[in-house]
Amino acid sequence: MATTDKEVKELIKREYEHGFVTEIESDTFEPGLNEDVIRRLSEIKQEPEFMLEWRLKAYRRWLEMEEPEWAHVDFPKVDYNSISYYSAPKKKEDMPQSLDEVDPELLKTYEKLGIPLHERAKLAGVAVDAVFDSVSVATTFKEPLEKAGVIFCPISEAVQKYPELVKKYLGSVVPAGDNYFAALNSAVFSDGSFVYIPKGVRCPMELSTYFRINAANTGQFERTLIVAEEGSYVSYLEGCTAPMRDENQLHAAVVELVALDDAQIKYSTVQNWYPGDENGKGGIYNFVTKRGACIGKNSKISWTQVETGSAITWKYPSCVLRGENSVGEFYSVALTHNYQQADTGTKMIHLGKNTRSTIISKGISAGRSSNAYRGLVKFGPGAEGARNFTQCDSLLIGDRCGAHTFPYIESKNKSAIVEHEATTSKVSDEQMFLCRQRGIDPEQAVSMIVNGFCKEVFKELPMEFAVEAGKLLEVSLEGSVG
Amino acid sequence: MLSIKNLHASVEGKEILKGINLEIKAGEVHAIMGPNGSGKSTLSQVLAGNEAFEVTEGEVTLNGDNLLELETEERAREGIFLAFQYPVEIPGVSNLQFLRTAVNAMRKHKGEPEMNAAEFMKLAREVSKQVDLDPAFLKRGVNEGFSGGEKKRNEIMQALLLQPKLAILDETDSGLDIDALKVVSDGVNALRSADRAILMVTHYQRLLNHIVPDHVHVLAGGKIIKSGGRELALELEERGYGWLGIKDEVAAQ
Repeated sequence: MATTDKEVKELIKREYEHGFVTEIESDTFEPGLNEDVIRRLSEIKQEPEFMLEWRLKAYRRWLEMEEPEWAHVDFPKVDYNSISYYSAPKKKEDMPQSLDEVDPELLKTYEKLGIPLHERAKLAGVAVDAVFDSVSVATTFKEPLEKAGVIFCPISEAVQKYPELVKKYLGSVVPAGDNYFAALNSAVFSDGSFVYIPKGVRCPMELSTYFRINAANTGQFERTLIVAEEGSYVSYLEGCTAPMRDENQLHAAVVELVALDDAQIKYSTVQNWYPGDENGKGGIYNFVTKRGACIGKNSKISWTQVETGSAITWKYPSCVLRGENSVGEFYSVALTHNYQQADTGTKMIHLGKNTRSTIISKGISAGRSSNAYRGLVKFGPGAEGARNFTQCDSLLIGDRCGAHTFPYIESKNKSAIVEHEATTSKVSDEQMFLCRQRGIDPEQAVSMIVNGFCKEVFKELPMEFAVEAGKLLEVSLEGSVG
Repeated sequence: MLSIKNLHASVEGKEILKGINLEIKAGEVHAIMGPNGSGKSTLSQVLAGNEAFEVTEGEVTLNGDNLLELETEERAREGIFLAFQYPVEIPGVSNLQFLRTAVNAMRKHKGEPEMNAAEFMKLAREVSKQVDLDPAFLKRGVNEGFSGGEKKRNEIMQALLLQPKLAILDETDSGLDIDALKVVSDGVNALRSADRAILMVTHYQRLLNHIVPDHVHVLAGGKIIKSGGRELALELEERGYGWLGIKDEVAAQ
């Protein structure tokens, strides 16, 4: 379209909605990483000895590792000694015992983000854990969850209260030495959520964690562990935002899911970290390791992600399908704009008999961004009758962006079946003309076309978050018409 | 209502319209006929504001207001509707959602309250019956997997929903069998009213047996070379374009 460039320039000025900074007193470590920093961190968290040992071991592994360079992303080297590894809002006394004791400034922050921590959240029927920089500041609905036997608490609390569970499962899916960022996370993780669903329990409400990076020059290294015992079910959602800052900030999280016999875990992510400005300055480096283990037979793990934020995303939520008849799913929408880079996808590792997996990936590129799907489907020798279906669709908006697909398939079992479909399309001038000729604003038209493209993934999200995801796409796409 | 004066337009530097003059009054039905490549479709695209075409000279006013300075969507909201010759598909966007978004954009422009999903569903079901489209079509993606005839009926349904001031029908009859032609024509005739004008662009006269025009114009080489009443179309059917000094062997088919 003739006016594309002009429109882009006019509309692109739209600002990141969650870019404010909360003025709050914080206790923040001096930048730098060494064994003493890890000891101090562990001490502040009042961790048992085993935890400190675990961290130190991970740290020593990390020192020997090299930063991976295979991803289709490009960024200057991170100086790990310029980052602070712990920042927490200064507590008036000790840990708040209830929401009434939480700093009002913090509550305001979450209100601004549209995440009500007060009891009115009951209306939404969602229990929320809020993680601010390095600590969990509030968890709602502890009581009804406890009644059902569900444990939903900050992982720092779980380390103290449920050391046996933590010892048993932490690092069981993503070992400390799994990869560079997982090792770093294992050494310095500060908080995150812990979920335990006992045998036969269907978690009575959606569980949700909101992560917020606030302090400058701080990394966020959260750790999430979800264990679903036999025959249990849980649906979990995480959301993420950060202030607008000119410096890049590092976010290196690890998420581990464990599903035993007949258990189901549905894990949804709406990732909206600050993506940097229209010139590619600032933004979050989102280097995340997410993996679920379907240990039990007939178990199921389903990842759904809507990724619109971060300067760089490097993330492959995966499933290890060990149990017979276990099912892994990955539904993803990744949108990049301006100078954002995403290298994201999944790994489906089929080990057990008759294991099945589905991958639906929708990549949308606008501006000068680069968007890559990278996926591995692997069948072990024991994966009799296993099958995978993969569909990767890319949508381009404008002609300065890129989309790439890197599918890998490894099979050690002849009976395994793989289907792979891939398409690349453009939002066409004809589609835009049809919409506009019917009186629809160009911005709304793009958003509608993109939403249509993502429909198969959105329908996997819990209802209220599907609406949120649609709106998020709309905001993220502003200024991309063309 | 619509006044076109000395309109010149080009695409990729090539001049297609070379001085069109046309006056259309409310309540009138005009037919523009002409051989392939005469500029018929270009005229409809230019009026609707397709940015692929550049207007190099002339003026177009709608009820006295300069149409050419309006964006495509603004023209639509002022009441210009184009039924496309080849409607494009929008995968994953349901017809219902698309139509409601369009109807609400118009309502918002007029200061009317937007219709909610339930209200709109009721209206859309009624209108879909008018063009003999199964309401199940409303749930399908816009034009996704529609046959040629279904696409055309879908276009007319949109006109009926949006109630434009000027409906431009670009080769709405092409690719239709006799039954479908009848359904589409009935839909167009339902659009006829004293405060609405219709501009039909067609290669064949057969459409005009069903939708009887008040005025017929022959477009050739980017200019209107002859205007007349209904009888002009009949004459074209009988004699082809040859007697006007134009070559077109299929005109009378």
